[in-house]
Amino acid sequence: MRLRVPPGAPAALKVLAAAAAAPAPVRPHLGGPAERPQAPGPELELQLELDSGAVLFSPNAICQYFYLCRGEEPTDLTTQWLEWEATELQPAVAAALYLRLVQGRAGPEALGLLQPLLAHLEQHLARSGTSHLAGDAASVADVVVWGSLFPVLQDQTSLPSELQVLRSWFGAVSASEPCRAAAALLPEALRELRGHLAQHPPHLPGPPREPQQDEESPERALTDDDIAAAVEIWARGPAALPPPREPQTPVLPVAGERNVLITSALPYVNNVPHLGNIIGCVLSADTFARYSRLRRWNTLFVCGTDEYGTATETRALQEGLSPRELCDRYHALHADIYAWFRISFDHFGRTTTPQQTRIAQDIFQRLLARGFLLQDTLEQLRCESCGRYLADRFVEGTCPFCAYAEARGDQCDRCGKLINAVELQNPQCKLCRGTPVVTPTQHLFLDLPKLEGQLEAWLERTWAAGEWTANARHITRTWLRDGLKPRCITRDLTWGTPVPLDGFRDKVFYVWFDAPIGYLSITATYTEHWERWWKNPQQVELYNFMAKDNVPFHSVVFPCSLLGADDNYTLVNHLIATEYLNYEDGKFSKSRGVGVFGDMAKDTGIPADVWRFYLLYLRPEGQDSAFSWADLMLKNNSELLNNLGNFINRAGMFVCKFFGGTVPAMALTAEDQRLLARVTLEMRQYHQLMERVRLRDALRCVLGISRHGNQYIQVNEPWKRIKGDERDRQRAGTVTGVAVNLAAALAALLQPFVPGVSAAIQGQLRIPPERCGLGPGLTCTLPAGHRVGTVSPLFQKLEPEQVEALRQRFGGGQAKEPPPASAPPPAPAPNTSVAPGDPKLIQELTEQVTKQGNLVRQLKAAQVEKAQVNAQVAKLLELKQQLALAEGRSPEVPKGKRKK
Amino acid sequence: QVPVLQTNNGPGLRGLMTIAAHLVRQARKDQLLGSTAEEKAVVQQWLEYRVTRVNGGSSKEDTRTILKDLNMHLEDKVYLAGNIFTLADILMYYGLHHIMADLTVQEKEKYLNVSRWFNHIQHYPGVRQHLSDVVFIKNRLYTNAH
Repeated sequence: MRLRVPPGAPAALKVLAAAAAAPAPVRPHLGGPAERPQAPGPELELQLELDSGAVLFSPNAICQYFYLCRGEEPTDLTTQWLEWEATELQPAVAAALYLRLVQGRAGPEALGLLQPLLAHLEQHLARSGTSHLAGDAASVADVVVWGSLFPVLQDQTSLPSELQVLRSWFGAVSASEPCRAAAALLPEALRELRGHLAQHPPHLPGPPREPQQDEESPERALTDDDIAAAVEIWARGPAALPPPREPQTPVLPVAGERNVLITSALPYVNNVPHLGNIIGCVLSADTFARYSRLRRWNTLFVCGTDEYGTATETRALQEGLSPRELCDRYHALHADIYAWFRISFDHFGRTTTPQQTRIAQDIFQRLLARGFLLQDTLEQLRCESCGRYLADRFVEGTCPFCAYAEARGDQCDRCGKLINAVELQNPQCKLCRGTPVVTPTQHLFLDLPKLEGQLEAWLERTWAAGEWTANARHITRTWLRDGLKPRCITRDLTWGTPVPLDGFRDKVFYVWFDAPIGYLSITATYTEHWERWWKNPQQVELYNFMAKDNVPFHSVVFPCSLLGADDNYTLVNHLIATEYLNYEDGKFSKSRGVGVFGDMAKDTGIPADVWRFYLLYLRPEGQDSAFSWADLMLKNNSELLNNLGNFINRAGMFVCKFFGGTVPAMALTAEDQRLLARVTLEMRQYHQLMERVRLRDALRCVLGISRHGNQYIQVNEPWKRIKGDERDRQRAGTVTGVAVNLAAALAALLQPFVPGVSAAIQGQLRIPPERCGLGPGLTCTLPAGHRVGTVSPLFQKLEPEQVEALRQRFGGGQAKEPPPASAPPPAPAPNTSVAPGDPKLIQELTEQVTKQGNLVRQLKAAQVEKAQVNAQVAKLLELKQQLALAEGRSPEVPKGKRKK
Repeated sequence: QVPVLQTNNGPGLRGLMTIAAHLVRQARKDQLLGSTAEEKAVVQQWLEYRVTRVNGGSSKEDTRTILKDLNMHLEDKVYLAGNIFTLADILMYYGLHHIMADLTVQEKEKYLNVSRWFNHIQHYPGVRQHLSDVVFIKNRLYTNAH
């Protein structure tokens, strides 16, 4: 029999107590390091493996088993308690613990959730008159219920004094020997439990709970207060919006205001970002930055390219450029891509600047002076003819495992094993083909173990107040649990920040030490007063955005550098990490040509805002998600076109068509007021989600609001009433007026997500900029008499053929892009003068291609003469080529038969 | 929506699992609750799973998890508790009926072990009662399913 009780298992206590009560004591196996699992989830499962091989995973069944072994059979009463505990008590306890441990709410508030259940226990004990739950003797029921309650109560005095009988029961059970032994484990268990709960938040009752997954969630009934509050906000008009900020350059923190500093992980310069990178960092950060500015918080958003390191140096050698030239080229490429995606950096800089050298060296000197750096010797390959130590990628040799002759210094391409460069047989310098020799060399290490205590104290404070995604907390905790080790901060390279210390002057800083300092130095290239942002934790709130692989550097390593350097640095308050975005069913891969990369997105003919919308709609929040072309089309056509676009367009068109472009007078009825209240509730939810950086869920809120608008129009039918009598006409006016104001509110709500669309709505409805802020609810910003402009459709339909063509083009299997030189010159089509991307032409051609394709298929099916078929095929190919040109892509070279 | 059984003595019993176990004992069919300590604990465990997970879960995601769990568990078993037919099978059958009835042919093949078990239970004498017979195809259609 083997009992596994991993740390943090919520039911550990009762199982341990029941185990101790078993006739033959079971030694629990408390999940130790040997079984450290890779993925969160199953490792937290507590289980009892029986000698027969059967496995019990239900804590209550395990407890029951131990008591059965003692010969205690279940009774109706014990079964009933166990069932009650599993169905009612457990969920409530989990919610209460979550409130207390993860969200840090006070005891009484958390206990409030348990109130009815505690009362039930009290009542039962009092009425039955027995000392225990199922009679006068202790039974499995007592252990199970006690084990659930103990982590919340810990002591009977935390029970309200009126629950006297319950108090004495709880005291007695706690004092029994098996329970006492189990309870001794509690302090440790609680810490682990906090981790578990943060990973698996339970369903909480009340408003702050997880937002509903279903968009069609049951509508909360509106109260009179909701309606009164919404009507009041509506009546306040533009006054309900926060006053606009005077734009200032540079943006600097202001005392007494909310100063928000936002960074997005620095993209590595010679990797062209793919859609996953874009949603993971810059687009998420941008959406939040835009929201922050809309709330009129004092916001600075910085990012830049990370340029130092081996990869750049190697690549530059390959391309015959200097690293600087290479970086210049790629930096511009990055800047272009982000500009196209409308990323609103206040500054997009780079890490190869004098400021970087100055600040990195200063942090280094401070760490050195405070004794946080260690020296140690490493064995490394040195090429005497080049006069340098060789980084892993600069060595090749024979793989020590599989004898492959061209293994790289870090990994063998044939057997895939990781290699330590000094273990290579017959090593060769990649640059001069000379033979490097193993030479001991001195390196510097950051003494992380020495900083661990400071780090943990800081994390505790930060986590209590900050918004950290669950994966960020989890990854950080895993690092801490494994124990920190000293990390080498120097490398034998030239393309980096030089180490300012005798004996190390031919070395540079390792990128992981250097790169995050880029946030500071990039701000320093933006303003000389950068220290007011970065050495000002009292006034500044720092948000870091990244994908989950980057978490340890931002939550452990970089904070340790800054804590050790001890110069009142601004440390991260909110760490927002996404999971991964996959492409169709696989991974993005530049080398295999799979997936959409930043520079190609604009060639698809799909507008930047549609990309932004779709990427945010499937932002990998909480779990991985996958990009799919079919889904992109579906979301574009259903959500953007039919829901949002349709509502905003209709609202504007009614004003133009029925009221000559002037917003009509509005007399609100009870029904209109209910709409205001409904929308105001949704907006409140939107704000809550945005503040917690749950961008994807907030976007769904916006779509929900637009759906309410569509329903409202549909039910009230202003296009019919406008033809009716005076009262009907007035009603049509009110509905149109409310709808167009809702459209104006949507312009603001959408701004963080799709700024271009938002600007278009503002233009069409002529909303003055100062009335485009985000208020607490729906307010009348376009009063009667306001003149709107010309209203036109905001979105275009995506057609299946178009999307299928894109899927084929980007969807793997396609080894290379057609070589530009060998591509045949485009057929002299009569209409090549048309600019690429003309949607009408594309549509025409797409139709023609489809028609011609069908014709060819028919001919083939009818087994017509070959020459005749070939003539039609040639025509089809020509049409396809024209279509390709119209879509702005280089025409494909006709290939042999291709199978899907 | 928690069922309550009013008995002649005492305040009555609450909860599906509690009431079912009580009725089984009343009918002197104790073997439906398992004979050894181990079997009893296993039956208890699946009854609990039935009332917490199958009753509680309503989203598509929950349903998928349940079917996946069960499919794995039933891979090498005839019944939930191994080789003996128990109350757990009966109650699980009732809890899953509406889910199984909605599955496509492909899904039924995907959760092959659950399908095999379900089909077996629904034909167990006296189990099906008023519920509709869920049809399972003998020949697999999606042979390349993993």
